[in-house]
Amino acid sequence: MSRWRGRGHPAWIAFLVHRLSGLALALFLPLHFWALGHAIRGEAALDGFLRWTDNPVLKAAETVLVVLLAAHLAGGLRVLALEFLGWRAQQKTMVAASAGIAFATGLLFLLNLGA
Amino acid sequence: MNGVQLWAVQRGTAMILAVAVVVHLVTILVAVRGGLSAAEIIGRTQGSWAWLGFYSVFALAAGLHGAIGLRAIAAEWAGWRGRGFDLAWVAIGLLTAAFGIRAAFGLFGA
Amino acid sequence: MSEASPRLRVRVWRGNAEGGALAEYAVPARANQTVLDVVTHIQREVDPTLAYRFACRVGMCGSCAMVVNGRPRWTCRTHVSRVAKDGALELRPLANLPVIRDLATDMAPFFDKWAKARGSFQPKDAPDGAVPEEFAPGDFAVGDFAVVPPASKQREAADAGIECIGCGVCYAGCDIVAWNPDYLGPAALNRAWTLVNDVRDGGKKDRLAAVAGDAGCHACHSTQSCTAHCPKGIDPSGAIAGLKRGIFWGVR
Repeated sequence: MSRWRGRGHPAWIAFLVHRLSGLALALFLPLHFWALGHAIRGEAALDGFLRWTDNPVLKAAETVLVVLLAAHLAGGLRVLALEFLGWRAQQKTMVAASAGIAFATGLLFLLNLGA
Repeated sequence: MNGVQLWAVQRGTAMILAVAVVVHLVTILVAVRGGLSAAEIIGRTQGSWAWLGFYSVFALAAGLHGAIGLRAIAAEWAGWRGRGFDLAWVAIGLLTAAFGIRAAFGLFGA
Repeated sequence: MSEASPRLRVRVWRGNAEGGALAEYAVPARANQTVLDVVTHIQREVDPTLAYRFACRVGMCGSCAMVVNGRPRWTCRTHVSRVAKDGALELRPLANLPVIRDLATDMAPFFDKWAKARGSFQPKDAPDGAVPEEFAPGDFAVGDFAVVPPASKQREAADAGIECIGCGVCYAGCDIVAWNPDYLGPAALNRAWTLVNDVRDGGKKDRLAAVAGDAGCHACHSTQSCTAHCPKGIDPSGAIAGLKRGIFWGVR
C-alpha cells in the first residue's frame, strides 16, 4: 500500500497508462503486420482472415487495442505539449482529457461495431 | 545512434503518428460500420498511391517508435543497456516496419 | 504523562548499508507535532542510538528529509496530523540513496550528480571567479554591474527553479532514478536549467552537453513525481522538459 503513496498523482498515472499501453501496442505491432502481410493475398484470403477474427473474443481484444491506441495517442500529446510547448500547468486537465479521448474512442468503436 | 538521437527519432515519429493514428482510428471506426469485408478494404486501397504512401510512412514511424519505446522499458525494467541492445532495437524497429510496408504493398497490389 | 494518553504507533527503519528492518515505537501524540518532533522524541526518550539528520527545524536547510508513509517529505514541515493514518507512521530513510545508518542517508551521490550536471555558476565576465577589473573596490558605479531586469523572461525562468535547497526529496521520489541509477535526477537537472536561463552564466554549451543523453534529461518520462513532492513548489519536471527543448533546438 504505502509504496504507491507517492505515485497516486495524475501525471504518474498518465505515465503508467502510457507505458503499459505502449508496451502492449509495441508487442502487438509485429503480430499485426505479420498477420496482415499473410492475410492480404487477394480478396478471398483476406475475407477468410476477417471471418476468423469475427468472434466475440477477438472483437473484445480489438476494442481493447483501439482504446489502448487512443489512450497512447492522447497521453503522447500530453508529453509532446510538455516537452515541446512547455505546458507546465493544466496537467490534471490534460490527463483528464486524455482519459476522455480514450474512453470516447472505445465507445464509438463499440457503437460502430453494432451499427 | 546515441540516446539523444534516439529520443529525437522517438519524438519525431510521435508527431507523425499523432496525425497517422487519428487517420487510422477514423478509418477503423468507419470501416467496422456494417461489418468488415475484404472487398471494402481492398476497394479503398487497391492501386491507391495515397494509401500506399500513408501506410508506408505510418509503418516506418510505428516500427521505430515502438522499438525505441521498448528499449526504454527494457533498460529500466530489465537492465538491458548498451550499444549492442541499441543496435538490436533499431534493427527490430526497421524489421517491424518492413513487415508493415510489405502489408501496405499487399493492400496496394491485391 | 499518564499511560492513558493517546499514543502514535511509529515504525522506524533501523539498519545500515547491509540491511535493516522496521522497529516499532510508541510516541505520545500531541496536538501540534511534526514528524521531526516524533523522531527527536524517540532518540531522546526511547533509544539514543537512533541516527537521523536535522539542523534548522524550520524548512530552511533541507537536511531532515525522510520517507514518511511512503512519500518523501521534510519531516520538520510535516505535521503528524496531516500524514498519520489511525495514529500510525512509517519512517524510512530517503530512497535512491545509500543508507549510512537508520534514517541518515549518504547524500554524496546526489551532490556528485549535481556537479556532473555542471550545477555551479560560471560567471561570463570572470570565469575564474575573480572580481573583474571594472568592479574593483572603491568603484561603485552601478552601470558596471550586469543589469538583469527581474521581470525579463529569462530571469523569470531562472527564478522558477532557483529556490532549490538540495534536500533530495525529488530525487528520492523519482522512479527513473530507481530504475536507472546513472540518471542525474530532477534536482541536478533543475539546477542545470536554472543556470542555462541565467544570462550572467557563460557555461550553457558545456552544461547542455553534460545533461544530454540516457543518464541526463532524455531519461525523464514526465511522471512528475518530483514536481508533486517538491516542498518548495518547484517544477523540476518542467525544467527537464526545458532542457530537452534547449538541446533539440540548439543553444541560443
